[in-house]
Amino acid sequence: MEKEIAGKKINVNEEGYLIDFNQWDQSIGEAIAKENNVDMTPRHWEVVKYLQGEHKNNVPLSIRKIGKSNVIDIKEFYALFPQGPLKISTKIAGIPKPASCL
Amino acid sequence: MKKILILGAGTAGTMMANHLQHELDKKLWEIEIIDEKVEHHYQPGYLFLPFDIYTPEDIIKTIEEFIPKGVSLRKGKIDKIDPMANQVKMVDGTSIAYDVLIIATGAKIAPEETAGMRGSEWQKSVFDFYTFEGALALRNKLREWDGGNMVVHITEMPIKCPVAPLEFAFLADSFFKNKKMREKVKITFVTPLSGAFTKPKATEALDHLLQEKNINIESDFAIESVDNERKMIIDYGGREIPFDLLVTVPTNKGDELMERSNMGDDLNYVPTNKATLQSLNYNNVFVIGDASNVPASKAGSVAHFEAEILTENILRFIKNEPLKEDFDGHANCFIETGGGKALLIDFNYTHEPVEGTFPFPGVGPLRLLKESRMNHMGKLAFRWIYWNMLLKGTHIPFVSAQMQEAGKQY
Ligand SMILES: Cc1cc2nc3c(=O)[nH]c(=O)nc-3n(C[C@H](O)[C@H](O)[C@H](O)COP(=O)(O)OP(=O)(O)OC[C@H]3O[C@@H](n4cnc5c(N)ncnc54)[C@H](O)[C@@H]3O)c2cc1C
Repeated sequence: MEKEIAGKKINVNEEGYLIDFNQWDQSIGEAIAKENNVDMTPRHWEVVKYLQGEHKNNVPLSIRKIGKSNVIDIKEFYALFPQGPLKISTKIAGIPKPASCL
Repeated sequence: MKKILILGAGTAGTMMANHLQHELDKKLWEIEIIDEKVEHHYQPGYLFLPFDIYTPEDIIKTIEEFIPKGVSLRKGKIDKIDPMANQVKMVDGTSIAYDVLIIATGAKIAPEETAGMRGSEWQKSVFDFYTFEGALALRNKLREWDGGNMVVHITEMPIKCPVAPLEFAFLADSFFKNKKMREKVKITFVTPLSGAFTKPKATEALDHLLQEKNINIESDFAIESVDNERKMIIDYGGREIPFDLLVTVPTNKGDELMERSNMGDDLNYVPTNKATLQSLNYNNVFVIGDASNVPASKAGSVAHFEAEILTENILRFIKNEPLKEDFDGHANCFIETGGGKALLIDFNYTHEPVEGTFPFPGVGPLRLLKESRMNHMGKLAFRWIYWNMLLKGTHIPFVSAQMQEAGKQY
């Protein structure tokens, strides 16, 4: 479905995740962050860029992997994106919600 | 003479031994299977043991009685695989050469991954039910427990039989009702997921059942530690949940032999082609059951569907034919909901569990994603099917390895 984010019409799924990463830019990320009560700082963007890079390389994302990434530890990840950091950070990054596989 | 070597004689390895024994030409091929244990456990029974529904005798048989004549069974601990040399090394120093290797070493709990989990309260007020010892200790505890905060907890995904913790919570509700002490127990279900389950339609149905049974749910909880003194579980965000009795499913991992062999991912699961079940790194190595990293449920029913497809692919591999990309992630699980009822879910890589009928479209007799007594009978029958059909590699009538879409409400 279509949703207006930062003044643009963006394709998102039922849960609000971007369907097409090409529609993403920083202002979109900023707006989604605001909706989720996250104030973006340079450190937040660093993490978001890292997630986008991993997604581009088809690396499946999990809290465990991110904790071992040397980019950020789990504690800080929670501090930056409280309550479900992986869910929220991937939404801001414009990439799919990681499948917590069965 | 060429050799097929199977590592692990649990659910998946035993099924492969039986399938291959039927299919291979014994003048050309010998089959060997290795396990360090003597007993074969019906692991789904670990769920029922704590509630005195099954006894230990119901769920334990020997490995040997399920290994067919003509397949040699070696007892011992595997140290590592040397896939470049096509050799497996045993802890006792023996080396075994193979032409084709099947990895079926399963998954097990690793409570040491979480700070404090295996602490001073382990098997006093902190229990698992994913091992026989854990389930038995919990049974003894529940026989005398007089109530309080019971927390049923999942550490992280993936875990074997991802619905088992929910079933545990449902059965606990029934158990305490029968003991006329339900009002003395607060049951809380704590999960790292955003809801009761990973797939939306099933989550809706299960969330509803939790509510109906007065079980609280705490979602998005990524545990950092267990505080043994204060009897709390604490997550990375600082959220604390108190318990009097913690029933946790610790992190699940593949066997350490994968780490020693440099063949596993960060949880010791072996990278595997999800459609053919061939190792992504070595052509003559195949992986089945909980040991692989394919994004399917870690369940005996999944291993059963995989075994039918893997048998065909091994026959193709030894004839130098292209492999079939047939495995679709098919899983079929009964979910005990307590009070003599159960749900049934049927799904695969791409189709989430939905409502409908099974196995005959429009007829049933089993109903998908709806509580019924018939489904509960199905769950209990599963133990018989496991010992008498599944392990022997017998095809289950009307249930195909690939999921069927007819009769389902997408
Ligand atoms: C509580 C619980 C409930 C469950 N409920 C269900 C259910 O309702 N339905 C369902 O379908 N599934 C259920 N399952 C899951 C099911 O039991 C497993 O998915 C299945 O047993 C996996 O089979 P496997 O062969 O991959 O592993 P396993 O059966 O665990 O076998 C692995 C074997 O490898 C051996 N091994 C490992 N490492 C070594 C080594 N280094 N040296 C020698 N031997 C080694 C082990 O000794 C073991 O015998 C449940 C599991 C649990 C724990």
